[in-house]
Amino acid sequence: MKNLRALTGWGRNNASVAEVRPVPNHEVAAALHDVGTRGALARGLGRCYGDAAQNGGGVVVRLLGAGHEAMLHPEAGTVTVPGGVSIDDLLRVIVPRGWFVPVTAGTRYVTVGGAIASDIHGKNHHVEGSFGNHVVSLDLLLADGSVVTVGPEVQPDLYWATVGGQGLTGIILAATFRLLPIGSSRMVVDTNRIANLDALFAAMDEGDDRYRYSVAWIDLMARGGSLGRSVLTRGDHATVAQLEGRAAADPLTYDPSVIASVPPVIPPQGVLNKLTVAAFNELWFRKAPRERVDELQTIASFFHPLDMLSHWNRLYGVHGLVQYQFVVPFGAEDTMRAVIERISSAGVTSFLAVLKRFGAANPAPLSFPRPGWTLALDVPGAVHRLGPLLHELDRLVLDAGGRHYLAKDGVTTPEMISRGYPRLAEWQAVQHRLDPTGRWQSDLSRRLRLTAPGGTS
Amino acid sequence: MNNAVGEAQTIVLLGGNSDIGVAVVKAAITSFTRTVVLASRTYDKGEQVAATIRRDGLDVQVVAFDGADTASHEGFVDALATRFGDLDLVVVAFAALGDPEATRTSPMAAAELAHVNFTGAVSSIIAVGNRLRAQGHGALVVLSSVAGERVRQANPVYGGTKAGLDGFCQGYGDWLAGQGVRMLVVRPGFVHSAMTAGMKAAPLSTTPEKVAEVTVKALRGRRRTVWAPPLLQVLFSVLRHLPGPVWRRLPLG
Repeated sequence: MKNLRALTGWGRNNASVAEVRPVPNHEVAAALHDVGTRGALARGLGRCYGDAAQNGGGVVVRLLGAGHEAMLHPEAGTVTVPGGVSIDDLLRVIVPRGWFVPVTAGTRYVTVGGAIASDIHGKNHHVEGSFGNHVVSLDLLLADGSVVTVGPEVQPDLYWATVGGQGLTGIILAATFRLLPIGSSRMVVDTNRIANLDALFAAMDEGDDRYRYSVAWIDLMARGGSLGRSVLTRGDHATVAQLEGRAAADPLTYDPSVIASVPPVIPPQGVLNKLTVAAFNELWFRKAPRERVDELQTIASFFHPLDMLSHWNRLYGVHGLVQYQFVVPFGAEDTMRAVIERISSAGVTSFLAVLKRFGAANPAPLSFPRPGWTLALDVPGAVHRLGPLLHELDRLVLDAGGRHYLAKDGVTTPEMISRGYPRLAEWQAVQHRLDPTGRWQSDLSRRLRLTAPGGTS
Repeated sequence: MNNAVGEAQTIVLLGGNSDIGVAVVKAAITSFTRTVVLASRTYDKGEQVAATIRRDGLDVQVVAFDGADTASHEGFVDALATRFGDLDLVVVAFAALGDPEATRTSPMAAAELAHVNFTGAVSSIIAVGNRLRAQGHGALVVLSSVAGERVRQANPVYGGTKAGLDGFCQGYGDWLAGQGVRMLVVRPGFVHSAMTAGMKAAPLSTTPEKVAEVTVKALRGRRRTVWAPPLLQVLFSVLRHLPGPVWRRLPLG
């Protein structure tokens, strides 16, 4: 009996039904012997917001793996982890031993395989790049059933096609990547309340390079002179010397907790409406200090605040949410302002948005980050005429030489992606060489015609 | 594949000459839409309709399709999928009203109408359903009619075909739902269109555009059956249960 399941991304909309096969690493190749014309795809923890980890009508593989399978190499400062292990599991193993992942997204519930396939970035992109910058090697199950080990030094074209490659070059069975040595499990954080967008650009341009981590939370519902008002938080890992009292006695303790869970039954229209969200945004801005330095925070509260509320995406009701993330190059600050003005004037309910200053891009053709400003915002899927609004923003972004993040995307078109990713054809050539018969497919690859013509059915 | 805000990339209309069908397709088109396929028996009329839809970035194709030719349906849908990829929204709109006088008295005419409106519709819906199930997603809109809700003596064969089709869709749609496929049954009242030109309008009459608006809005929700105008649902909840002698005397056009 096939295990047919309706799958969605974290946005909880646009479901498709696929056959889900949970398998341990050594059985993956065998489990894929009978894949039909709709192909197969590995899915991690389903944190991509759009349709990147869905494969309607096809096979979806869930790699089984546990944190204890991670092998730490302290002398090299690296770790080898099965592709299906989550950053959450990994942190529980490595933080108490004095190590941290090189890059973490806003949630720790992503797998290592997914982190590479999406080439995730975090608050440290401006100095340390995205996840693919830190991988030494990875084991990739290819369409023909063979396994190759690739890395930036070994078959680099294949490696960089896999970084950000949305799982369409093969299944990442394991990866070895560099870790960051840390002295404590605490963060030392500076916070600044910023009055508007111009002040934010200026503050980040001026000061970001002094911090390993930097991100601004923007209130997109603020208008006029307050447009772009935000709270800028920047910091680094605390040394033992910076800790006080109890924390200093046990500097590497790590115990991230989930405080609450949103129940599965929520009113269909959700509970995040203009009123509740505007009130929340206001409160959140007011409660932030005008300026505070050297505050100690935990890893969980600094990097993964939303993970404290499990299933928070349920708050958006039956239409789920759409996360919209794009980057525009430095010099296109006016476009960023135009986008924020458009969202603000449309009166769209938007929970806190995140603005970040990206550093250098890596060599991966489909990697999202490039030097410039990136904005990520959550919008309820139920917003009236959301499609036309987002398509309007799409044009602003692309005209400014920007692009959209495939791991978040659920609304763009093939034309927009080929405009935003000028090296798409280069990636397609490698992908097609590796997978001429279209064994790897996803709803995203079909929607965006990502693989070269003839590669899919 | 649809996108996260419920917009369809590829839209197919079976019954490319149906005013309501065309209106539904037009209302469903967004800037996300890439391909529209108008399938109809008569190419020239299809091309006329296509000309009103074509615009930059939107590929509008007219293909030959005969709702009565049930043997061709499976191959027809397979060919669509080969040519256009996943089908996101398929609107089944072909139907004939038939000549009430002729179909009431001629077994041949009645059978012919029943063949197109019921047999042909069921056959093509199953062919489309198979494809949508295989791709694990997609929506099917079927144009039913209030004429099938309680069949009138004025046009019993037409009403009977719609009653049968509607009943089939209720059960088949529920079966599809577990497989990622969405079925939406639309029950319009009297619609001012080419099909009803010259006829006396019934109460609560509407237009193809209004039916389309109700339909596209419903596609974003969870209902499996909608009425156009929505008030008809209330009206028919009464009409359905009227005693026969009263029902027969109603002036319903």
